Amino acid sequence: MRTAARVFLRQREATVFVVAVALFIYFAVSSSSFVTATNLPILFTQDSAPYIIIALGEVFLLICGEIDLSVGFTYALAPFLMYFLNTYDHVPGLLAILIALLLGVVVGWINGFLTVTVGLPSFITTLGTGFVLLGIVNTTSHGQPVSVPPGMAGYVHVFGGNWAPFIWAVALTIIMHIVLTRTKWGLHTVSVGGNLLGAREAGINVNRIKYGNFMITGLFGALVGLQNAFVTNSIDPTAGGYLPMFYAVTAAVIGGTAMLGGTGTVIGAFLGAIVIGMLTDGFIILGVSANPLDIIFGAAVLIAMIANVQLARLRERGAR
Amino acid sequence: MTETTTESGDILRVEHISKNYGAVTALTDINLRLAKGEVLGLIGDNGAGKSTLLKILCGFQPQSSGRILLEGQEVRFKSVDHARSLGIDAVYQDLALVPQLSVFQNMFLNREKVNWLLLNSRAMRKESQEHLEEIGVRIPDISAPVAQLSGGQRQAIAVARSVFSNPKILLLDEPLAAMGVKEGSLILDLIMQLKEQGNVSIIIIAHNYGQVLEVCDRVNLIQDGKITFDKRSAETSADELTEMVVAEYRKALQERRRAAS
Repeated sequence: MRTAARVFLRQREATVFVVAVALFIYFAVSSSSFVTATNLPILFTQDSAPYIIIALGEVFLLICGEIDLSVGFTYALAPFLMYFLNTYDHVPGLLAILIALLLGVVVGWINGFLTVTVGLPSFITTLGTGFVLLGIVNTTSHGQPVSVPPGMAGYVHVFGGNWAPFIWAVALTIIMHIVLTRTKWGLHTVSVGGNLLGAREAGINVNRIKYGNFMITGLFGALVGLQNAFVTNSIDPTAGGYLPMFYAVTAAVIGGTAMLGGTGTVIGAFLGAIVIGMLTDGFIILGVSANPLDIIFGAAVLIAMIANVQLARLRERGAR
Repeated sequence: MTETTTESGDILRVEHISKNYGAVTALTDINLRLAKGEVLGLIGDNGAGKSTLLKILCGFQPQSSGRILLEGQEVRFKSVDHARSLGIDAVYQDLALVPQLSVFQNMFLNREKVNWLLLNSRAMRKESQEHLEEIGVRIPDISAPVAQLSGGQRQAIAVARSVFSNPKILLLDEPLAAMGVKEGSLILDLIMQLKEQGNVSIIIIAHNYGQVLEVCDRVNLIQDGKITFDKRSAETSADELTEMVVAEYRKALQERRRAAS
């Protein structure tokens, strides 16, 4: 039992797991409308899944020493591209979706090009590309929201069903966890963030890893944008933006991913995003008004981070 | 022990290699040869160009001019992987270990064993363990991250990793720098062992001239991006090597003074 506890505590995800369970119990006890058939899909599908999926990309980027601030604007642009293609160019629905997803990959490639090949810090690169994307969204949409094209309603079940985004999130989490811990790509991502020069000396194609992780993040951003469009049946120029990106990065960091690169966990980011989802959803259910909600939210994030740092110290002591 | 002064026995020849970084010249004109099974010591003051040369020879960076002949054939390394596929492996001064990864993951860094797409960690762990035991490097837990190891242990792992890949030519950049006496002698023993087997030719960059003479068949001195001294170990001494380096240093100092006045 004690060894089981020690093995558990040595896992980087332990803290956020404890926090997630504690929050769940707290909200379940405090309000009878938390664990209900109406609220659970809202909690997991609307308030958690988008941040989980974006966080999966950010985890890989953070581990290899980069960040993508633009992903929320890919989120905004992708469903518009789908809409324009389907409505004006009569591109079949599935193809329009695939092209919209490809847009995310292309944006990722551009972020990779500017960061890796041109040599800008990714913080600046993605700040710039984010603005450009936002400008494209506002220009092409004239700042007006539209509905999902009626002809594409059939895809609602795949992308926007009650649980669909969360199922996507779970599946992608499993895949990305395996990629990070069981494949060369994951190992090399850690190597690039842990010792950039060393990775290069070992012959690892450092640039390929960074390009790839930007492209994965872009793809996930586009996917979440499409999901949001189908969930809300609305394609809104103000959707996405910085908030989902910051939530996702926060999720990654409270999950145990280092901002300085070299370490990170996919499972931790998954749990971190659910913690964020619970904080959002739970306090609304408790009737905390929207204005002070951010104070509680910020404090909760800080407490989770402090617990994380302290537990990491304990872990380190335990390892010796 | 090596009778290979004939040119045909050379596994590696370097002809007129230079390297510029923009306006800065790191190597002016390097001519060097390495016989099969030979251990060559490369010495020189800091900044003389030793590491630059090593990084060219292992494919990390290309030379600006000049050519490299591997077993008589001219080669142009496209990458570290390319050089490695031709049988050249290096241990860098910074060791190229990833602190967050485990010992065995570092041992197999960028030559991982893969089943389909998934890493075969069990096989890598087993082979690393066997290999480390075989050459007498003791690591308590090869699944522990390298960050938890001492400097000497890290160095031992970096050297073991290169030996592991069974190279024809092994390049060692200050393999003894972070070593305790015991660990240092372990690496020296390892080099001697490899030398006796005679399958690998080695170039060692080192500062401890006593150790250099102990393991090397021949010593070359790099000064100002050129090889200025080439003697068999038996024909020179640590004092002479020290004197050569110090004399060069004095000369440089005088020139600087003259330029200043």
